[in-house]
Amino acid sequence: MRKYNKLIFELSKPGRTAYRLPENDVEEIAVEELIPAEYLNDDELDLPEVSEVDIIRHYTNLSNKNFGVDTGFYPLGSCTMKYNPKVNEDMAGLEGFVNIHPLQPEETVQGALRLMYELDQALCEIAGMDKMTLQPAAGAHGELTGLTLIKAYHENRGDTNRTKIIIPDSAHGTNPATAIMAGFDTIEIKSTEEGIVDIESLKAALSDEVAGLMLTNPNTLGLFEKNIREMADLVHECGGLLYYDGANANAILGKARPGDMGFDVVHFNIHKTFSTPHGGGGPGSGPVGVKDILLDFLPTPTVEKDGDRYYLDYDRPKSVGRMKDFHGHFNVLVKAYTYILTMGRDGLERASEWAVLNANYLAHKLKDHYNVQEDAIFKHEFVLAGLKDALSEVTTLDVAKRLLDYGYHPPTVYFPLIVNEAIMPEPTETESVETLEEFAEALIKIAEEAKEDPEILKEAPHETPVRRVNETQAARNPILKYEG
Amino acid sequence: MKVVKGLYYTEDHEWLKVDGDEAYIGLSDYAQDALGDIVYVDLPEEDDEFDKEEGFAAVESVKAAADVYMPVGGTITAINEDLFDNPELLNEDPYENWIVKIDIADKDELDELMTSEEYEKFLDEEV
Repeated sequence: MRKYNKLIFELSKPGRTAYRLPENDVEEIAVEELIPAEYLNDDELDLPEVSEVDIIRHYTNLSNKNFGVDTGFYPLGSCTMKYNPKVNEDMAGLEGFVNIHPLQPEETVQGALRLMYELDQALCEIAGMDKMTLQPAAGAHGELTGLTLIKAYHENRGDTNRTKIIIPDSAHGTNPATAIMAGFDTIEIKSTEEGIVDIESLKAALSDEVAGLMLTNPNTLGLFEKNIREMADLVHECGGLLYYDGANANAILGKARPGDMGFDVVHFNIHKTFSTPHGGGGPGSGPVGVKDILLDFLPTPTVEKDGDRYYLDYDRPKSVGRMKDFHGHFNVLVKAYTYILTMGRDGLERASEWAVLNANYLAHKLKDHYNVQEDAIFKHEFVLAGLKDALSEVTTLDVAKRLLDYGYHPPTVYFPLIVNEAIMPEPTETESVETLEEFAEALIKIAEEAKEDPEILKEAPHETPVRRVNETQAARNPILKYEG
Repeated sequence: MKVVKGLYYTEDHEWLKVDGDEAYIGLSDYAQDALGDIVYVDLPEEDDEFDKEEGFAAVESVKAAADVYMPVGGTITAINEDLFDNPELLNEDPYENWIVKIDIADKDELDELMTSEEYEKFLDEEV
C-alpha cells in the first residue's frame, strides 16, 4: 500500500455514510428561520461521502507513509530529533492532568501548579537563570518573548535609544526575524575562518544604540563559542544584554550554563532538548528564563509558592503582559518535567556527552568522502561542505534526495548560509553505534555513486511514493486547494 | 561567472550602474547562481531612504533567503515591479534586470566599491 495515492474525495459515492442516526424526535426548524439570509451560504457543501472502513483505510494508509523518529533515523541538524520516551505520554495522559481546565480555582489544581513551579526551578538550574515563564509556544515565540523583555528593560531605564540587535552571520533565521518582529533593526556580524564570532566584528558593531546580542552556543556549525565570556563583557560594558537561543542546548546539559556564560535571557526548545514531539506531532514549547534584572518584566502570570500553596501571580505592574493564552502548552510541559525527572542530573549530562560523541564519531566516519572542517571538535552537530571530489553538477540537494532511497530522513541542507553546499547532521544521543555506522555507510555509498553514476543521484529519490518534486514551481505557483 | 564591465560591485555581490546622479542596483551573476532558483523578491517603496550597507530588499530562493544591501546610501526612485510576478528574471539575466533605481546621496561613496576587474579578482581569490 506504499503506492497508495488517493484523495478522500476520489473514494466518495453519493449517499454513502459512516453513520446511521436515530429517527429525529424533535421539531425540525429550517435554518433560514434561525439565521438571517445574509449570513447563509447558498453553495452546496462539498464533503466526501464514505463509509467508516473507507475512512479508516484511507487515513491509515496515508499515516503509514509518515517518517518519524519512531520509524527511522532522523538526523535533522539544529532540530534535535531525539527519541521521545513513551513514559512522557503516559504521564501527560494522567487523568489529573487531562481533565483539568485552566480557569479552575487554584486550590483545585495544586498538582498542576506544583509541576509548573518545579519545572521552572529545574529549567533555571539547567540554564543558570533565576526565573522562567513557561508560556511561549515554541522556540521563535520564546525569542520574541525574550526580546520583548530586553526592550522593556531598556525602556524602563528611560533608555529609548537602543534600537539594534546584533546577530552573527551563522545564526538561525529565526533570530533576525524575531528582532524585526520585536521592533528592532539588526546588525549582522561576521564569523572567523574557524567558524566562531569574530570579536573585532562584534566590537565594531557595539554602540549606545545596541539593545542586545542574540547568540546560539554551540553555534550552528556545532562549534562552541569559546570567547563567550569576553563577548558578554563587551556587550554588557556597552549597556546591552545577551540573549541565548537554546536551540542547541542539547550539547551542554550539565556541562555549561548560559547564565554562567553571561547570558541574561534564555529560551529552551522543550521539543528538542527535553524530548517532546516536533512539528505535526507537537505542539512545541519554548520556556524563557531570565536573570533577576529582568524579573519584573516577565509575562503574567508567574507561578509562585507561598508555604505549601502554589498560586498564579498576576500582580506584576511592570510585566510585558501575556505572551500566550492560559499557561502555555501545559501538556508538553508535563512531558518535559517527566523527562527531567526520569533522566536526573547525571542522565541529562550523559545525554549531552553521548550527543557530542555521536556527532564527532559520525563526522570522523565521513571525513574522507565529504568536506569536514579539519581538526575541529564538534558539539552535538556538524556541517559538511558538500561532497569531496564529486562531479560539479552533483549537489548537496542530490545527496539529500538520494538518502531518502536508503531509508533516512536527510540532514538539514543549505544551512548555515555561510557554508557552501552545507549538509548538517545531528545524530542525537539516542542513536546506537550500529545506526551511526549504517548511516555513514549509506552516505559513503552515495559519494561513490556520485562519481560512478551521477544520474542515480540527479534523478533521486527513486523509492518514495512521490519522486523529485519541482520545488521552484511549487514556490512560484503553489496550488493550495483541491480542485476536483 | 559573468562580470559585466563598467559596473561597480560589492563584496556582498550587488552591482551598481551609475546613470547621472542616479544608479541602478542589482545582483551579480555569482549571487543568483549561489542562491539558485529565486522564487520571491521583497522590494522597498519609492522614496525610502537607506544608508550604505543597509538591507533594502530581500530575495528568497528554494535554498535560502538573503538580504540585498545598498552599495551606497541613497533614496529609492524606482523599483522593478516585474520582479513581483517574475522573480526568475533575476536568474535569467541578473545584469539586465535591476532591482531598484536610487538617487545617490554621496557620490564619494562610489570610490569604496570594486570595479569589474577588482570584483573578478575578488571572486577568484576570496570566494
